[in-house]
This record gives sequence, C-alpha cells and structure tokens, in this order.
Amino acid sequence: MTNHWVDIKNADVILIMGGNAAEAHPCGFKWVTEAKAHRKARLMVVDPRFTRSAAMADLYAPIRVGSDIAFLGGVINYLISHDKLQMEYIKAHTNAPFIVGEGYSLKDGIFSGYDAEKRKYDPASWGYELDKDGFAKVDPTLENPRCVFQILKQHYARYTPELVSKICGTPVDTFKKVCELAASTATPTRNMTIMYALGWTHHSQGSEIIRTGAILQLLLGNIGVAGGGMNALRGHSNIQGLTDLGLLSTSLPGYLQLPKDSDVKYDDYMTRLTPKPLRPNSTNYWGNYPKFHVSLMKAWYGKAATKENNWAFDYLPRYDSGYDIIKTFDLMYDGKINGYICQGFNPLSSFPDTHKISAALQKLKFLVIIDPLATETSNFWQNHGEHNDVKTEDIKTEVFRLPSTCFAEEEGSLTNSSRWLQWHYKGAEPPGEAKGDPEIIGELFTRIRALYAKEGGVFPEPIRDLTWTYKIPTSPSPEELAQEYNGRALDDIVDPKKKDTILAKKGELLGTFAHLRDDGTTSAGCWVYTGAYTEKGNMMARRDNSDPYGLGQTLNWAFAWPVNRRVLYNRASSDAAGKPWDPKRKLVFWNGEKNVGSDVPDYRPDAAPEEGVGAFILTAEGVARLFAPTGMAEGPLPEHYEPFESPLKVNHLNPGHADAFNNPAARMFKKDRAKLGKPEQFPYAATSYGMTEHFHGWTKHLKGNAIIQPEQFVEVGDELAKEKGIANGDRVKVSSARGHIEAVAVVTKRLRALDCGDTKVHQIGLPNHWGFMGLAKKGFSVNTLSPSVGDANTQTPEYKAFTVNIEKA
Amino acid sequence: MSSLQSLDIKRRSATTLPSTQARETLEVAKLIDVSKCIGCKACQVACSEWNDIRGDIGTNVGVYDNPADLGPKTWTVMRYSEVEEKKGEEMAFEWLIRKDGCMHCAEPGCLKACPSPGAILQYSNGIVDFIEENCIGCGYCVAGCPFNVPRISKQDSKAYKCTLCSDRVAVGLEPACVKTCPTGAITFGSKEDMIDHAAERVVDLKERGYANAGLYNPAGVGGTHVMYVLKHADKPEIYHGLPKDPQISATVGLWKGVMKPLAMLAMGLTALTGFFHYVKVGPNDAEAHPDEPEDGNGPHVIRSSGPGQMEGKGNVNPGEQA
Ligand code: SF4
Ligand code: SF4
Ligand code: SF4
Repeated sequence: MTNHWVDIKNADVILIMGGNAAEAHPCGFKWVTEAKAHRKARLMVVDPRFTRSAAMADLYAPIRVGSDIAFLGGVINYLISHDKLQMEYIKAHTNAPFIVGEGYSLKDGIFSGYDAEKRKYDPASWGYELDKDGFAKVDPTLENPRCVFQILKQHYARYTPELVSKICGTPVDTFKKVCELAASTATPTRNMTIMYALGWTHHSQGSEIIRTGAILQLLLGNIGVAGGGMNALRGHSNIQGLTDLGLLSTSLPGYLQLPKDSDVKYDDYMTRLTPKPLRPNSTNYWGNYPKFHVSLMKAWYGKAATKENNWAFDYLPRYDSGYDIIKTFDLMYDGKINGYICQGFNPLSSFPDTHKISAALQKLKFLVIIDPLATETSNFWQNHGEHNDVKTEDIKTEVFRLPSTCFAEEEGSLTNSSRWLQWHYKGAEPPGEAKGDPEIIGELFTRIRALYAKEGGVFPEPIRDLTWTYKIPTSPSPEELAQEYNGRALDDIVDPKKKDTILAKKGELLGTFAHLRDDGTTSAGCWVYTGAYTEKGNMMARRDNSDPYGLGQTLNWAFAWPVNRRVLYNRASSDAAGKPWDPKRKLVFWNGEKNVGSDVPDYRPDAAPEEGVGAFILTAEGVARLFAPTGMAEGPLPEHYEPFESPLKVNHLNPGHADAFNNPAARMFKKDRAKLGKPEQFPYAATSYGMTEHFHGWTKHLKGNAIIQPEQFVEVGDELAKEKGIANGDRVKVSSARGHIEAVAVVTKRLRALDCGDTKVHQIGLPNHWGFMGLAKKGFSVNTLSPSVGDANTQTPEYKAFTVNIEKA
Repeated sequence: MSSLQSLDIKRRSATTLPSTQARETLEVAKLIDVSKCIGCKACQVACSEWNDIRGDIGTNVGVYDNPADLGPKTWTVMRYSEVEEKKGEEMAFEWLIRKDGCMHCAEPGCLKACPSPGAILQYSNGIVDFIEENCIGCGYCVAGCPFNVPRISKQDSKAYKCTLCSDRVAVGLEPACVKTCPTGAITFGSKEDMIDHAAERVVDLKERGYANAGLYNPAGVGGTHVMYVLKHADKPEIYHGLPKDPQISATVGLWKGVMKPLAMLAMGLTALTGFFHYVKVGPNDAEAHPDEPEDGNGPHVIRSSGPGQMEGKGNVNPGEQA
C-alpha cells in the first residue's frame, strides 16, 4: 500500500478492482464501511463476478477477465478528453512535461525496440531527450508533441468507450458511470483510493495493470494524499514481509538486487544499480544504493566483508535468469533438479498446471517439507482416487517432513499491507515435535557449516564466514533477528555536516537508514526496516493509537517502513509551493522553515519549495512516472493484450496483428505453450479465487471453517447453465487443455454473460480452497486447469484468466 | 443455557406465578445493519466458538449458505438472496445477505406456546432464553415462533436457539457475534440507542437511492431485540423470507389469550403431550441415532400453520433462491 488500511476511511471514492476486499480482507474492509458511513464515500466495484464486495457497492461494473488495462485505459481517455484532470498536480508531481526521445514509437500494439525472436524489448528508445548535462528536457506547457502528456493522450485516445465495451463486455453506460465517479475526484479536495490484490497481479500483464491504475490516480492527483493511493491488499499476513526481505530468486533484502552474470566486476554491479539524477535537484534516493548494499554485506559477513574484497561481493551468487516457480518446476519436470526444500509453500495446490507439478515432484530424489500442516505437497505420493491419482509404488522421492509452528505459536513481527511491522507474542506452545522456522533453519545451517568445516568443499567461504552470532546458534531469537535487520553502528557515526556530532555510537542500534554508510562502518540486514528496533527499544511492539490529526495516522502504533512513514510520497499532498491541496486533510506541508505535518515527511525536511526537489524522491526524475522509460518488460505505457488463453480470437485494440494478441514480452516455455486451449474447445473464460470462509488450502484443516464452506463448487451464470442443462447443485466437470476437475455447480445471476463485440462471453468462477487433505470434503486442485505462464516482469502466474469447457458430470 | 440472571426474569413459560421483579435492567437490542454485512460468516464461527458447539461438516447444496439451515448446534446462519430491486429510478441487481437467528421478540411466540414451566424465560433486558434443563422437547416453541427459529436436537430432544449471549450480556459484555463482526454491521446496546443509530443509517441509505430503507422492528410481536436495518424495509420478504408482518400463531393466541379460562386446561394437555412425547422419543431414541445430521427439525416436531407462521417459514430450499 502507498497508504494504509486506516487511511481508507479518508477516501471520497473507493475503487475496488482486481481484488475483493470484503471477502479476502474483511477486517480491512471495515475502513470502507467507515468511509461510507462517515464521509458519504461512494464505493465502485469492477469485477468479473458480482462479489460480496460488489454487494456492498454503490456502483458495480462487470468486466471480462483479463481486460483491465482496456478498462482503465478507457477511464484515462475519458479524463483527458473531458478535461477532468488535476492539472496543477500533474505539472508539479509527474513526468508529464518530460520530453521523450525521437526513437520511441508504438505501432500495431508493439513498442519500438522489440526483438520478436527473443520476445524481448530493448528499452533504449524509450528514454528521455537529454540536455548536455545529462538531464531530461522538459516542456512545462505540456505542448511539445513528444512530451509525456501528449504521448499519453495520443496513446489512450484509442481506448474509446465503445472499444472498451467491446473488449471488456462492460455496458457503455455502466462504464461511463465509473468514469464520472472517478472524475469527481479530479479536484484537490476529493480523493479516490484504489484497492487491488491478486485480481490484478495474477495476469500475464499484471504489473502493467497496476501501472495503469497508478497513471489514473496520478492524473487525478490522488497519490501521496490522505484517502488516496494505490493500495495493494496483501494476502498472507506476512507476504509484505517476504517481499521486503527479498525472498525472490533475483532479490536481496530491502529491494536490492542480486548481481547478474553480466556484472563481471563489482563496479559493473554498482554502476548498473546506482542511478544518476535525471533532473538538477532531484533527490534520487537510490543514489544511496552502495550504502544499503555495503551495510547488508556487513550484516551478513561482518569482518569478512572488507573494502579489499569489495565487501565479499564474490560470495553472492550471480544469476543467469530468474528462478521463479514456473521455471523451477519446469527444470524439475525435466529432471534437472534433484532436491527441493519447500518451506511454507504448497506447490501441488498453489502452482499452475497441477499435473505438471505432480510429475515434477515425482522426479525428485528428495523433498523437504517445512510446514505446520500435512499438505497436498507433503502427501503428493499418496493415491487419493480421482483427487490425486498417482501410482505410489512408482514414486521414489524421499520426503522429509519437518513440522513447524503456526503464527500463534511463535513470537516475532508480521508486516501487513500497510507496511506496518507489528510485533506479536506467542499464544501457545506448538504441538508435538513442531519447531519454529528459525530453529529449523538454525539446526540445518549449523550442521551444514560443520560439514564444510570438516570436509572443506569447493567454495566454503560464503557458508563458513556467514555472521552467526546468535546466543543459541541452533535457535536464533526473534529479537536477535530483528536487531540484525535493523542494523548497528560498527564505529562511531559522525554527522557529515557537524563533525562534532556523533549520530550513533559504536555498537548502537541505528535509528534510521539515513545513518547508513558505504565505508563498512554500519550494518543493516534489510535497510528499509532500519528504525524498527532501535536503542529506544522495539518500535514494532508499540501500541499507542493516539491520533492527534484525526486522520488515522497513529505514528506511535507499531513501526511502518520506511522510517515510520505512513503514507508514501506524502509531499505530493501539497502543491509545488508546499501548500496542502486539502486544508482538511493535511499530510505534509511547508511551514516556512520546514516540511511538517501529520506524517514523517517523504522529503528532505528542510527542502524549501523553491529548490524544486521533487516529491517522488525514489525516482531519478524526482517526479512520478506516467511514462516509464525503464523498468517494465513490455513497454513504457500499459497496452491491452489478451490473456494467453482468451475466449476471443482477436485483440480488438490491434486486430490483425497476431504478435500483439497477447503480451509480446511474456515468457512461455514450449511445452507449456503446446498445452494452450483454443476457444473452439474451451470457449468459456475462467478465473480462480479465494473466498472469505477459507484461507488458501490451510483452513480446510479446521472444523469451523470446513463447516461454513465444506465442499468444492464452481460458479456458473444462469444463462450458460440453462444452455448446458445444469441445475443448481448438480455435479459438473470443468476442463481445460491441461486437465479437468469435478465439483458442485452454484448457478447464479452474479456471473452474467458479456457481449464482447461479436462474441458472447460466459465466465466461470473457480474458488480454489479444496484438496485431498484436511477436514473439508475432498476436492480437486483448481490449478489442474490453470496455465504455466506468468507476468512478464514478475512471472506471477496467470491464475485469473484462462479458458475452460463445462458440462454436466 | 441455564439462567445466570435469576433476579431479572420478566416472564417464564407455562407459569402463572409472578416473576422476580427486584431488579430492572436496561432493555437491550442487537442491531444488524444488512447494508454493512459482507456475509463473511465470522459471526457464525464466533457463535460456535463462544458457545462451544460445532455442527457437522455438510455439503454444498448450490448456494453460499452453509450450514444450509439453523440447527441445534448452529444458532445463526447467513442467508443469501439474489434479487433485482429498484435503486433510485433504475432496477439494480442485488445480493442480499441476512444474518438469521432468534429475534428475541418482545412478545415471544415460543415462550407463549411453551407448555413446560420455566423452559423459556424472558429477562427484563428483553432477551428470550431457552433453559434446556426444563425443556421437554415437545416442539411447541417451533410452532409458536413466527421466525422459524428454534430447532430440536435429535441427540437430546431439547430445543436450541441463539441466547443473545445472555451469559456474556449478564456480565456486561457484548454478544460474541457483535464482538467479532469486522465491519461493524452488528452493534449492540440499549434498544433506544440502537433505534437512534438505525435512524442515522437509514438517512445514509436513502441518500444513496434506497427510498424505502428502514428499520425492521415488527409490531406484530411487540418489537424485537434483534433488529435489522434494511435497504428495502417495504419488502422484508426479499431478504430470504423475512416475514413482512410476523404475528404469533393464532393457535398460540387461543391457548393463552382469548380463552383464558381454558388456558390452564390447555396447558395441562400440552404438558401431557410433551410428556408423551418425551416417553415416545426419549433420550434412548436419540442415542440410537447419534450420527444423524444435527440440523433441521425432527419428524416429531409439531408444526402449526397459523397465518403468521407461513410467512415466518424461511423454509424455501435455499437453492431455489439462487
Ligand atoms: S460477522 Fe458481521 S459482516 Fe460478517 S457475516 Fe456476520 S454480520 Fe455480516
Ligand atoms: S424469534 Fe422465535 S424463538 Fe426467538 S424469541 Fe421470537 S418467537 Fe421466540
Ligand atoms: S448473540 Fe450469541 S448466541 Fe446469538 S448468534 Fe450471536 S453469538 Fe450466537
């Protein structure tokens, strides 16, 4: 979230799209009801299904799965063509005035720089036109035909309401109502928040959908303000923590990156990742990359990380490509992976193409499961009839189960969607042999290190030299780990401006990442978390909810990263002169001497408005990017492409251009591509999702949850049901090119047929909670049906849009 | 439940002796704002956890309603109805979600119909409580209830329903479902405050185009201590058969009201029936079928078909609503 849960109560308009907050985030949804009850806020829900969120909405718009960019692009077009823009905000806080180089073009749905063979873009031609000092040229009048604003306007002019309706199946008048309500927030005193979740990320173009939402919000002046923002509702209670700590195959903690193969020398790596400012006064906060990286290496390798060995740079693996789940299981399927340690993950149930996952697991020599529950994955080798029809006798994989604790059986912090690190205490002892994850990893690590010490090995240093100074080496405590990611001064840290002031004494816990150094005198295991556990104590355990401004900021409740800031980009809540857009909802403003307000400024505190520093300190531009010259795999502006399996035969935005049918930069392995269905056999759009009664495959192990949603079902629109002779409660078979499932049919008016040009599209809803383990009735993994293709940037699988057939079982 | 509030009893079933008058308590009410309810069923789970009762893991019968009905171990369920209704000038599709359970009527049909002394109590705060140890399992409460709420257990032939968490309320806590509700759709307090709060909510709903928004506090049963804020208060029946004008069954009225001189005799008879029933169905019988589904009314339950009764039956196959 750029903002936070409580802040939703400050919104005037709430758009829930690509998420279903009422069902998936019932506790957070409370703030929507607050906004409705106390601010007369209006709630819009755009969703393929009439969900429980839609049941709460003032306005519901149906949409075909996977057509979100077309919809949002259409809203952008509406705003620009009806002059419903917060122009002053756009000029002050976005890259609308920046001039793009002459090489940039978009033709028939393909941007300049495309290599069709490699299915990759070279983004060089998307860059700004630079002046002699290397700064981007701007046109404050926004008239230059190559300025971002004009390019954006031209790009989305193609997304007319009629075309949107044809692609999305949304009736034109309903679509226009959404546009009008969104447009009502183009004034400085009305704000809209966007709440989204996996309904946007689970697409082959998920990152671009989110970017489209962000562009929309920037045009309306809704970023960095109270009651605004782009708010990702995270699913697992600590999935934000996972992201922050960098548990992805090419990441390091705190959004730092692992080196690539091409980073031959340390300098290559540092130069690649340390950006230069693109405007004279921009803060360019990522310019501090070396400080964060060196501090990380000091946290990990202590004295073994020296200036001479480039802070143990060579201890880090360099990657040749990402090893996301799709790739990993593809390699496993090919027999190229022998062993797999699976910690808190249930691939057989959660990853696309269940049959492929099962075949891959069967090729392993060993599988280690660290989980509190007996999951489908831990029991993949058991025959459970039609629900898991494997030949146990042929499976040679050795499975080790290491039972771990549930969250209530351990102490530590969870990072929620609001970026709050909230400390919690142990509520109960774990049962039987179960151990906490740090203890399991501690045991494994100390034994592996002992083996290296005894036997040497090829490259023992990264294991041998790892800092492991916990009091009980086999069981690091949550406090020790928290202090490690917070970081310490390894020497006295002197204020560079006032040499006689010591900011932190040697050995002290650091209060802020502003004190990090690139000379090896500081450590921080995750720089964005610095400040969470300081000399003042455990900031995450704070429970003072006083709210002096009445905006729900509660700065003394837990700890929000970064530096306890509650709303990101909060300097954008004021105009260029530092005056709040809305005097009733002040976040950060200039008081003549300093930037102050109800939040920790996302800005240099003493930066006067005249300095023109720019409110978006993380970008090299200093402003927000409507147009992204770098960073996105499939182009600088979001463009609508069809899902990899679509019920339509053409992309109505670029008809007649097969290469622009679906995301030209998304990766798909050959054997997975061969398993894509055609509309002739699989004519119906399908989407998978979670329901309020369950959490993934876990809660089916609990009686209370199993009672309130006991058995697998699929949702079918009444029109299609009638056509197919399916009655409510019948058993049906749903199949895709990869397999089939059987379940009870819930026939409903909540899934309506959509008119997409000449095709009537029926959509089928596939709640995914059941399996062959647990207390609920046995069911199939819905991922038996989903395809192995992911977002071009993140490889998050396209669980939300594929095609199926349905018939009575 | 057994009574924790012996000083606060306003009425007892099948008793002519005056009840305790020493202590007067505040009249309470639970207000369910249907327009804020997201149907998450947290209240259902909270109810089963607080009261430590869990039904069976059932099946899906083609709707979200699970368990599909109230039961001796299921005192509240969410009812989902798909309807098309007027909003402003247009017709709009709606998915109405109503938390079903005992309404804690001011004039409780169950209590009036009950022939067993002290099996049903009404406290001075308005809560209607079943005292299972006094229940003879005759099922008259089922017949007497215009909301089709009580359920007789096949396990022990006792009638069960929501207690409005009388045990929690007695010690100054709000009901478990209220405490759990994440959206604030359920609120609890004095009946007066709840009516005031409802009025505010109705203003908001009218402003959003629901011209007929209103409070459901039906006069036919003297008002209720569980009330609803409805977007369509003119048509409560679209909320999965919520009766438009619930009345206590004519038969019940006959026994206890008009024909007063005969009342004692009638009561004697009903008690006798209950006694026979007890002998016939008895605890042994229940033990013979320990595995039978716990939800739903047993075949031995006497059903009346008074005028209010018909409306009160939310017995439509939930599947038909979808
Ligand atoms: S807990 Fe509240 S919101 Fe959830 S179903 Fe019950 S009444 Fe509705
Ligand atoms: S709803 Fe039925 S059971 Fe509850 S008090 Fe009224 S009559 Fe009795
Ligand atoms: S008031 Fe108590 S008994 Fe009644 S539904 Fe709520 S939790 Fe259950």
